[in-house]
Amino acid sequence: MTKQPFTGRLHTPLLIALAVILVVVIPLLNSLGIISNFTLGNWGKYLCYGILAISIDLLWGYTGLLCLGQALFFTLGGYMMGMHLMRMIGGDGVPTFLSMVGRTEWPSFFLPFSSFPFALLMMVVVPGMLAYVFGYLAFRSRIKGVYFSILTQALTYGAALLFFRNELLMGGNNGFTDFRTLLGFSLREDSTKRWLYIATALLLVLVVWGCKWLTHSRFGLIQRAIRDSENRVLFSGYATANFKLFIFVISAVIASLAGALFVPQVGIINPSEMDTSKSLEAVVWVALGGRGTIVGPVIGAISVNALKSWASVGATADFWPLMLGGAFVLVVLFMPKGMVGLPAQIQGYITRVSRNKSAAESPSSEPTPEATKP
Amino acid sequence: MIVESSHLAKPFLLAAEGLNKSFDGFKAINDLNFYLDEGELRTVIGPNGAGKTTFLDLITGRTQPDQGTLVWDDAKHDLLKLNEYEIYRLGIGRKFQTPTVYNDHTVTENLILSLAGSRGIWHSLFGKVTPAQRERIAEILATIKLTNQAYRKAGELAHGQKQWLEIGMLLAQEARLLLVDEPAAGMTDEETYRTGELLLSLAGKHTIVVIEHDMTFVRQISQGRKVTVLHQGHVLCEGPVDQVQADERVIEVYLGRKSKVA
Repeated sequence: MTKQPFTGRLHTPLLIALAVILVVVIPLLNSLGIISNFTLGNWGKYLCYGILAISIDLLWGYTGLLCLGQALFFTLGGYMMGMHLMRMIGGDGVPTFLSMVGRTEWPSFFLPFSSFPFALLMMVVVPGMLAYVFGYLAFRSRIKGVYFSILTQALTYGAALLFFRNELLMGGNNGFTDFRTLLGFSLREDSTKRWLYIATALLLVLVVWGCKWLTHSRFGLIQRAIRDSENRVLFSGYATANFKLFIFVISAVIASLAGALFVPQVGIINPSEMDTSKSLEAVVWVALGGRGTIVGPVIGAISVNALKSWASVGATADFWPLMLGGAFVLVVLFMPKGMVGLPAQIQGYITRVSRNKSAAESPSSEPTPEATKP
Repeated sequence: MIVESSHLAKPFLLAAEGLNKSFDGFKAINDLNFYLDEGELRTVIGPNGAGKTTFLDLITGRTQPDQGTLVWDDAKHDLLKLNEYEIYRLGIGRKFQTPTVYNDHTVTENLILSLAGSRGIWHSLFGKVTPAQRERIAEILATIKLTNQAYRKAGELAHGQKQWLEIGMLLAQEARLLLVDEPAAGMTDEETYRTGELLLSLAGKHTIVVIEHDMTFVRQISQGRKVTVLHQGHVLCEGPVDQVQADERVIEVYLGRKSKVA
């Protein structure tokens, strides 16, 4: 019996190689001019989306909670970062979104955001607390399945409506933009952009590693047990609501950190990021990449967004939603394990075919074991 | 070996009094009184709709009664005030009618999740399976005859094996009271017999309540112990299986309509 008592392997060497490529090799190639700044900027965004996708999969693939509100936590993290960046613009007076509603001074809640550590703390606390309160109420009332999904979507929609209002003093529908510096570095500098990319890649590696560890612990076993048979878990003495709450808060914080890194890279944050379609799109990345795996959602997020960048310009632009929807339907129908499950699926198909062939050639041979793939 | 329960002498492990539960006007449990001593192996029989499973739902906190009391361990705990996992933590384990195991987990993992011990999040993150627990798991695997299937996914097991695994999960929990709902359902005669042997070997170490339809099986495990007959949510009569089977009312409502009677 090995030390690791639970199923699944960590594939450590492969992951380390990928981590080195993402964190070291790509930025190095960029500084040498082999990878363009534009491409690097795109990859920075893709990786943020990859982290967001993992946070969805932690809930959906591992715990059976389809959350349609992860874009809310992503955006909240972005807003926390945005508030800090707005305070860092400097200059006289207040930004337009404040003067527009007759304010000549910063509202008091903006002031502490001058401190980066405070902003960082808020990126964890604000989405974490929101997830805690919402999750506490939802899980205590045993809201599950589609009702949970609808509620998370409603919460996101409500938040978007709130953020669209200028009276909230959070920039209204224009949001925050025209950022200048982060930690004293100009956001227009290539090197700053490169460091932002490196920070994103590092966060992704940390999140992947952390989630691998989490899902291989006994907690991971309980998580998946809740997904498959919550009643049994309850009748095995586990307070399932607490476990769901814990993972809901963790995943909200992960999404928030991804959003916080996203904003300085794209240079803007506004309530349209909370749009219902954003959360749904992220769920599609997870389904395409492979639900119930850690790497799958990242692959899904990167490939869909790379494809989107390519397809949404020119003649194919109008067809992009159709292409995405079509891909989703195909994957749901034919690839239950998504892209990462495809090799195993093909292998299974090949063995089945060759087995049938050999069985047909020598009917007296052993009976083929049942191929029961769900 | 067979201890006749003397209700007045010692406190009850589980006592239900005046329980009532109706679903949309249908009285599933009707003024039910039920007393269980520590160490008993009690069989509960009754026709379909007699309220057997509902009774287990009430004990384990799945449903709340409309009226009545349900107390545990010499009335130290009021089960009606506790939820499912709190009741479990008192040492009440349940095997469901249809085998309910974690299909995507291996047999060993199923048992690990059921092991007695902390149920907290912190423990689930950092707690390790101790050598003593590994030994216990090996022991249970031998008891439920699944040693060779230890690393197979539970979903791949045969129906009877799943039933045993679920009983094994109750053993891992070190439950004081095992509530076993139709353990022989869907089993072959041989599997049924082995399940009976398994339950008999556990009698005495645990208090067991078995709900069953199969009278051959009931005869095998009751062996002169008390059998409770439920009818329309009410205890019709109690006593050794021979006495129960001879009872006019029982023949009328239950045995008379069943061809299974031995």
